[in-house]
Amino acid sequence: MQLQEKIIERILLLIAFSSIFILALITFFIFEEGIPLILKVGAKAFLLGEKWIPSKGLFGIFPMIVSSFWVTLGALLLGIPLGLACTIFLSELIPPSVGAFFRPAIQLLAAIPSVIYGFWGLIVLVPLIRNHLGGPGLSILAGSVVLGFMILPTIITISEDALKALPPSYKAGALALGATHWQTIWRVLIPAARSGIVASVILGMGRAIGETMAMIMILGNAVKMPTSFLDSARTLTTNIGIEMGYASGDHRQALFATGIVLFFIIMALNTLAIFLSRRRAR
Amino acid sequence: MEEWRNGLKEEKQYSIIPILRANGTESMRTKSKFLLWFLPLFLIVTCMGCQRSRTGITVAGSTSVEPFAGLLAEEYMSMHPEAHIYVQGGGSTAGIEAAFSGAANIGMSSRNLIDAEKKLYAVTIAKDAIAVIVHPSNPLKDLSLDQIREIFSGKTANWKEMGGPDHPIDIVTREEGSGTRESFQKFVMGKEDISLGALVQDSNGAVRQVISSDANAIGYISLGLVNDRVKALRISGVQPSLANVNNGKYTLVRPFLFLFNGDPAEEAKSFLDFVLSPSAQKLLLKEGLVPVVEKVG
Repeated sequence: MQLQEKIIERILLLIAFSSIFILALITFFIFEEGIPLILKVGAKAFLLGEKWIPSKGLFGIFPMIVSSFWVTLGALLLGIPLGLACTIFLSELIPPSVGAFFRPAIQLLAAIPSVIYGFWGLIVLVPLIRNHLGGPGLSILAGSVVLGFMILPTIITISEDALKALPPSYKAGALALGATHWQTIWRVLIPAARSGIVASVILGMGRAIGETMAMIMILGNAVKMPTSFLDSARTLTTNIGIEMGYASGDHRQALFATGIVLFFIIMALNTLAIFLSRRRAR
Repeated sequence: MEEWRNGLKEEKQYSIIPILRANGTESMRTKSKFLLWFLPLFLIVTCMGCQRSRTGITVAGSTSVEPFAGLLAEEYMSMHPEAHIYVQGGGSTAGIEAAFSGAANIGMSSRNLIDAEKKLYAVTIAKDAIAVIVHPSNPLKDLSLDQIREIFSGKTANWKEMGGPDHPIDIVTREEGSGTRESFQKFVMGKEDISLGALVQDSNGAVRQVISSDANAIGYISLGLVNDRVKALRISGVQPSLANVNNGKYTLVRPFLFLFNGDPAEEAKSFLDFVLSPSAQKLLLKEGLVPVVEKVG
């Protein structure tokens, strides 16, 4: 029995390490392919250059970095209020009979493939924006709205966990002091779970920045600095997604280099989220 | 810390063993029996898959050629039921690379090879015209090459300047590296760049989809893929049509290539022979391509 357990433990350890090993391998290859190109064109010209014309050797991804943040910002503007409202409803106000239906429905939102979101955006949202607000319709606004819905499950499940993890004495104490239910939620529970909620938003941001398929379909993919929410834009991920099929040589390396930038952004966001949720635990 | 660990270990002993006993050995045995039968079955099915793919050939590359190659493959397979042809997209450059690396038996390209790629053996299977398309509701019918260049370079931003309605122009182009884009760049743009503000779509179908739903859009796709949801413009009075391609009046024409690394293998060769046969060429003609074989049907 003891020996058997040891063997099983070792096997599990090996499997756990192999997944980390694969991560390391992926990281290594992204850097191996991308770094030479960054060195070749210069980090400044690559990160801050405003022109992306691979056929002429111009690899500036600044408009994509900016677009990525615009789209993400738009998604958060929609996703945070909606997500927070859903969370409060789910954890505090929901009648149990509705909860049985509501919670799985939210989780189902995460299970819808992103290409379906993109298709919906392309067929429903894009013509709506083009006809009522102008522009080509394929725009940051359309992308933001779709992303706003896509990050809802992340925000809702994690911030609901944060609210549930609070000691029951907080709520009981506040109610005992004469606070109304709403005052308890808004003044006591939400501030107490703040770091968890912020972590959920940051993880949602990571999801938004990383989303590719839906964005290829509805952003329009123009490579220029966005000047309004009705402009077409190309994010870091869609740049890789849309051009990888045809890219070769320097062009392909530049796409890997785009991946490096994305890698650092996502790493920074995740580190921040982990840091914030640890602080909550203390 | 140590105490906590001990507690955990004890709990393990108490909880795990009764579960094992409760489940009983009987159900475990049926499970392993099931696995015993299921695993070989699984292996056999997988191996059948292997064998099948071994006899097939892969055709990969340009998304412009892909739908036509798919059609030809279907036709070929209905004539030779034992053959399997897998048609994949990916783009001209990917097709060229796949032919080089052997990832595909046949590469597809919708642009001419550059010098470094000339080691491949290229066969023109058909010619394709590029049509400049707009929304059917657009009143314009005719543009000159110069006007098209002005629109795509972003110098003209409103349909009014071309004699159309007072609307901004939404330019739709293909992504960098696309064979269609490279041909369009060569035939129309020359040294000028396509506007950076242009919308970029990554296939002929996606361009057509955007144009068919946007009254202010202009784009370019393979003539064979033009349908009634979009309108192909005349260029300096010349209608993009097979007749005008054949008599040389319509000049936005590019080759569709099949690429081989060295001599084609037996099966690939037989598929190529089929593609160049009059019946297959007639099929391509029906789909809007320009055949390369003189006597068609």
